[in-house]
Amino acid sequence: MDELEKMLLMQVADLHRVPDGAYNIRKNGEGDGRRSTDRIRIEDRKDGHAGIDIFIAPDTKNESVHIPVVITKTDYRERVYNDFYIGENADVLIIAGCGIHNCGVETSEHTGVHTFHIGRGAKVRYVEKHYGSGDGSGENIMNPATVIYQEEDSRFEMESTQIKGIDSTDRETTATLKAGAELVVREKIFTHGKQFARTNFIVDLNGEGAGVDLVSRSVAADDSRQTFGSRINGNTACHGHSECDAIIMDRACVTAVPELTANCIDAELIHEAAIGKIAGEQIVKLMTLGLTEQEAEEQIIKGFLS
Amino acid sequence: MLELQNITFEVEENGQTKRILSDVSLTIDERFVAITGPNGSGKSTLAKIIAGILTPTGGKLLFNGEDITPLSVTERARRGISFAFQQPVRFKGITVKDLISLAAGKHITVGEACGYLSEVGLCARDYIDREVNASLSGGELKRIEIATVLARGTSLSVFDEPEAGIDLWSFQNLISVFEKMYAKSQGSIVIISHQERILNIADKIVVLSAGRIERVGTREEILPSLLGTSACRALTDKLS
Ligand SMILES: Nc1ncnc2c1ncn2[C@@H]1O[C@H](COP(=O)(O)OP(=O)(O)O)[C@@H](O)[C@H]1O
Ligand SMILES: [Mg+2]
Repeated sequence: MDELEKMLLMQVADLHRVPDGAYNIRKNGEGDGRRSTDRIRIEDRKDGHAGIDIFIAPDTKNESVHIPVVITKTDYRERVYNDFYIGENADVLIIAGCGIHNCGVETSEHTGVHTFHIGRGAKVRYVEKHYGSGDGSGENIMNPATVIYQEEDSRFEMESTQIKGIDSTDRETTATLKAGAELVVREKIFTHGKQFARTNFIVDLNGEGAGVDLVSRSVAADDSRQTFGSRINGNTACHGHSECDAIIMDRACVTAVPELTANCIDAELIHEAAIGKIAGEQIVKLMTLGLTEQEAEEQIIKGFLS
Repeated sequence: MLELQNITFEVEENGQTKRILSDVSLTIDERFVAITGPNGSGKSTLAKIIAGILTPTGGKLLFNGEDITPLSVTERARRGISFAFQQPVRFKGITVKDLISLAAGKHITVGEACGYLSEVGLCARDYIDREVNASLSGGELKRIEIATVLARGTSLSVFDEPEAGIDLWSFQNLISVFEKMYAKSQGSIVIISHQERILNIADKIVVLSAGRIERVGTREEILPSLLGTSACRALTDKLS
């Protein structure tokens, strides 16, 4: 693996070396290493689509799965399907991520569809990072779709981060929760230049006591555009909270479209949305500590997205 | 040494000129200088003019002989002026440790950050990783604000009503923070306050009224006449 590929792996999966536990590395559309463990099995798909199936045995604890994707070719487009089957009462960490380095003039594009079947009582922390680089004029496009099915009393924590270098992204996350299931989402997006990012969530709270807590923080700079959508359907006694907190700078544009539907008198749903520029008094305070205006802005944004 | 020469500050309000400070001249070279006066007399405005947040419409500021009137907030901070806000600012995502590090101007260890927090009476372990956001109470924020100024240790520090909201913590502690701070930095400390116990440690007291300096002098000269006036009564009311 060359230095560039190593750098991309560092960015998207914090990988300095072959990870512990189960992993599957995909490089320019081909397998570049895989390991299954006693409790976590990774197999090629059987339906003809590109991608893998990941089977995690019930009661698996303290294990992790790394499935990074690296693309270093220009004019390369792929659509990959990864399905996760997480056994009852398992407690695992899944680290996915995609790094594109495109120094050509054509578009490189990765569409990843991740489907999670989360067994009763299982806990999953899912960390997903998207990163692009390259000095060519070719665009880096990523369109991740995440489909989550949560059985009773399961918990899914999703942290997704897109900080740099993705010219266009359209992310769609859908979740269906049974009784007592909890979904926690922490999303961070930074766009600049002429980038575009759309993120949309659809959550169905179908079982009694199910809950979602969804927080999206974003910064849009230069001429970039972002759209945040969240649709939470409370179909029973349940609780839902979504929050979109955005900083706009320069000539950027952010749209937040929250939608809450309560189909049950005991559904408690809240949405908060705030979009605005960095508060002037925050900049002034940091300037009184000796920072320049630009350093102050950088610190405020770094903190906001940390 | 800071010298204010004929500082005037006017704003336009509904097409009319409103004068907030008139011809304020003052030198600050002592250990502790207290600025007092009724609400709305212009104390915070004066402090912001010293920090460079507001630009005077007339007059000059000299800091160690240099005319700093045209200098930005950043430049004044780098020359050694610190300012603790009357209403501290909140930041989403910036932790107490981040803020103290930024104030110190370098990466500091957890131990050092904890030292500053302990000085202002906060149990460091509970605060160091907290975000400086809406989850902190007003009193907690005020103390963190003071800690950021301590971490800077500059030759001039201005505190705008540092005692507000920290009633659970005794005034004696606040005073010893200022005393220790002076022992360490040898820099002048300006404290805007209504609190008699704070005025009591001042080497110089400045009384502002309707944007003018009404009186200025040593604590012995000023304090007796202040007791029983509206400024101090307001405070005694607050305390009771
Ligand atoms: N930008 C402004 N525009 C109009 N009036 C202001 C402005 N800033 C301050 N003032 C007024 O100036 C007076 C002094 O304010 P301030 O300096 O905050 O007083 P203090 O700190 O002594 O309570 C007040 O009457 C306040 O309302
Ligand atoms: Mg004031």
